[in-house]
Amino acid sequence: MARIVGIDLGTTNSLVAYMENGRPRVIPGRNERAIVPSVVAMTDNGLIVGDAAKEHLTRNPERTVYSVKRFMGKGLADVQGELAYFPYSLTEQGGVIRIKLGEKTYSPPQISAMILKELKQRAEAHLGESITKAVITVPAYFNDSQRQATKDAGMIAGLEVLRIINEPTAASLAYGLQEKTQGTIAVYDFGGGTFDISILKLKNGIFEVLATNGDTHLGGDDIDRRIADLFLTEIRSRHGVDLSSHPDHMQTIRLEAERAKIGLSDALKIQVSIELPDNKGHFTRELTRDQLESLIMEIIERTLTPCRMALKDAGLSPDAIDEVVLVGGSTRMPIVRQRVQELFGKTPHCEINPDEVVALGAAVQADILSGGTTDMLLLDVTPLSLGIETMGGVMSSLIRRNTTIPASAKEMFTTYVDGQTGVDIHILQGERELAKDNRSLAKFRLKVPPLPAGVPRIEVTFLIDANGILSVKASDMRTGLSQSIEVKPSYGLSDHEVEQMIEDSFKFAKDDVNARKLIETRLDAGALITTTEKSLGDGLHLIAEEDVAAIRAALSALATAQEGNDPRAIRARIADLEQSAQRLTVAMLNDSLKRGLQGKKVSDIT
Amino acid sequence: MDHQHTHSSNPRELQMARSMCWHCQSEVSGEYFCDRCVKVQPVSKETDYFTCFGFPRRLTIDPGKLEAKFYELSRAFHPDFYQNKSETEQSISFGNAATLNSAYRTLRDPIQRVEYLLDLEAGSVKEIRNSPPADLFEEILELQDTLDEYRASDRASDAGQQLRTTLQAEQQTLEERKRDMETQLQQLFTDWDLLQDRGEATSQARSERDRLLKQMRETLSNRTYVKSIINDLVATIG
Repeated sequence: MARIVGIDLGTTNSLVAYMENGRPRVIPGRNERAIVPSVVAMTDNGLIVGDAAKEHLTRNPERTVYSVKRFMGKGLADVQGELAYFPYSLTEQGGVIRIKLGEKTYSPPQISAMILKELKQRAEAHLGESITKAVITVPAYFNDSQRQATKDAGMIAGLEVLRIINEPTAASLAYGLQEKTQGTIAVYDFGGGTFDISILKLKNGIFEVLATNGDTHLGGDDIDRRIADLFLTEIRSRHGVDLSSHPDHMQTIRLEAERAKIGLSDALKIQVSIELPDNKGHFTRELTRDQLESLIMEIIERTLTPCRMALKDAGLSPDAIDEVVLVGGSTRMPIVRQRVQELFGKTPHCEINPDEVVALGAAVQADILSGGTTDMLLLDVTPLSLGIETMGGVMSSLIRRNTTIPASAKEMFTTYVDGQTGVDIHILQGERELAKDNRSLAKFRLKVPPLPAGVPRIEVTFLIDANGILSVKASDMRTGLSQSIEVKPSYGLSDHEVEQMIEDSFKFAKDDVNARKLIETRLDAGALITTTEKSLGDGLHLIAEEDVAAIRAALSALATAQEGNDPRAIRARIADLEQSAQRLTVAMLNDSLKRGLQGKKVSDIT
Repeated sequence: MDHQHTHSSNPRELQMARSMCWHCQSEVSGEYFCDRCVKVQPVSKETDYFTCFGFPRRLTIDPGKLEAKFYELSRAFHPDFYQNKSETEQSISFGNAATLNSAYRTLRDPIQRVEYLLDLEAGSVKEIRNSPPADLFEEILELQDTLDEYRASDRASDAGQQLRTTLQAEQQTLEERKRDMETQLQQLFTDWDLLQDRGEATSQARSERDRLLKQMRETLSNRTYVKSIINDLVATIG
């Protein structure tokens, strides 16, 4: 069977991992970093992804997309409250958000697909084989539409998504593999955009999720916003400048807020400096850890309510939890660790890098699916109740939250009017009494043969598969015939739209490859310029003047080529520079060898 | 919306027993895998949850044994282990795993377990009346009055505080009642299991069976009622 990779498609960062000799490993990129920032930028030369795209956040904010995960499976109305925070413009089409990048608009699954493609290529380069199958992680509290959107993203990226797996449970697999733990564990997963808590029972290789809860709109992003808002207010009052109308400065502030937050996980205070527009100088201030903590305490408290609810649903008190595991970058904050420790009364585990643990777990699940690992099995649950709208706009639950998946429920439908030929069914997800307060998943019309009222008997089966994704079947109990149902998702792409996007992605693949080549070549050029300039500084006295001149000429030629858009031209100048600098390199090598030998006895070197 | 509830596992709707392997057409004897071609077999619609777990139709179940069997069957049926198999096998695995999960959820909880048994033995329990137990009728009427009064009162006032204390005491009493009913159910479980173990086919045994089912149904109905009153109380006084 072809290799299956595990992918953590995160709000802030994404990673890909695979299983090698019974151990999961993350796959590094050209820069040796395993993390790919979940950022996509539209440049004049095409779309770019990851570290290179991140540089465009401040340079080109209107055309640089970050945190796209927050928009997966959502309509515009769902994110109305936070639109002001995003510099790129959002519209809606057919219940799905679209992101405007230059002339074109993209759905969140298309943007996510670009990140997935980057990971796919990275895995292919590292493993030297074509990768077409993947396990992708999602927040445990993702609803059906958000899961489906993630699956669509995989398809658009040319990946068969064999399983959608929940992030906290993925993390538990990575821990379980390492520690061979038994007992009850709580996984507290606080990431860039989402919060999840899962409570699991581990016994003889079975990972049974007892309960899960969370908030798909609560993460490090929200913490950054609090800090950024503080800076904005202070800049306004101190300098009389309103930066909220400057998208590029807003990004600078956001990144500075994030930097301060990260810094304060180690330091007790940190210096903040933000350059103001129109030569108005700098905004500077000191931010202490105490100040940060009181600023964001409310956000941290909001993670504790889902924890208590999950415990209640699992029928457990905090002291029944044997181990607590921390996942996600936001758990690096000391205040988070402290509050978690207080709630559960034990020191949380964070031995595995919280940025990597989810991807590692996804790789373990991939290995289970490919038949490699056979002693471990994950029994996950559906996070939200599934039901249908009944008379009076009330939701009638069919599958309760925290039901182990796969799960199914059957419901019998009939008619109230003679000759009635259809019954409209509205599928909902959520915990509220009224249909309108829950998430609308889909609507469909059940076909009924025209008969006297109450005679037809149509049995509808609602199925939630191991991915937490819903499907519906119907059969006529009188005739035994099953009917196919066309379900129209309320917040999702239609099959046709997904197909179109897959086609588009092939069309644009060529442009993307060129853009990618250009960026990589530019990065290589940049690295060579930096190292050559350093060597030249150090070794100027070792070579002839004409050699120095030649190197300088080649350096400036490369710098010029780097500005251009032709990767082949850059490549040629790189070769030139390497050629010109060869004597310098050799001279420096000899020099360092000579100096290394000084002060040593002859006997040491012979 | 036009629909009516039915119990997903109503045995009266079950049809046609499986006896032949879907793959090699050889006879399958009871277990979940074909003896000859080792292909997974769909759990028959006729298989009730007790049988699915290989348990007799008894109301006292050892949670440890139930869990062990659940894990064992999960390893046999879970879709994770059918990724490389045919589409038919994947679909059987999906269906079997969903059935297994429903079965475990039902049998694990004593109340759901007895409701399920009543369903198997005597038809749907969903039609159980939802009226107050006869001996609690007066008390509950009074309680409803107090609740109304409390809702209308100024909670911070002395009168409000006093009503609250009364309601808290009432909640205690009802919780105790509920526990009594659960103890009573426990006894009925034991009686039922003993009767089943004796396996008599006499008319006396039959009337004993009917009496036990009737009592279980009544106790369940009373408990459901009391539970909803308690929930109401908790929601009001917090």
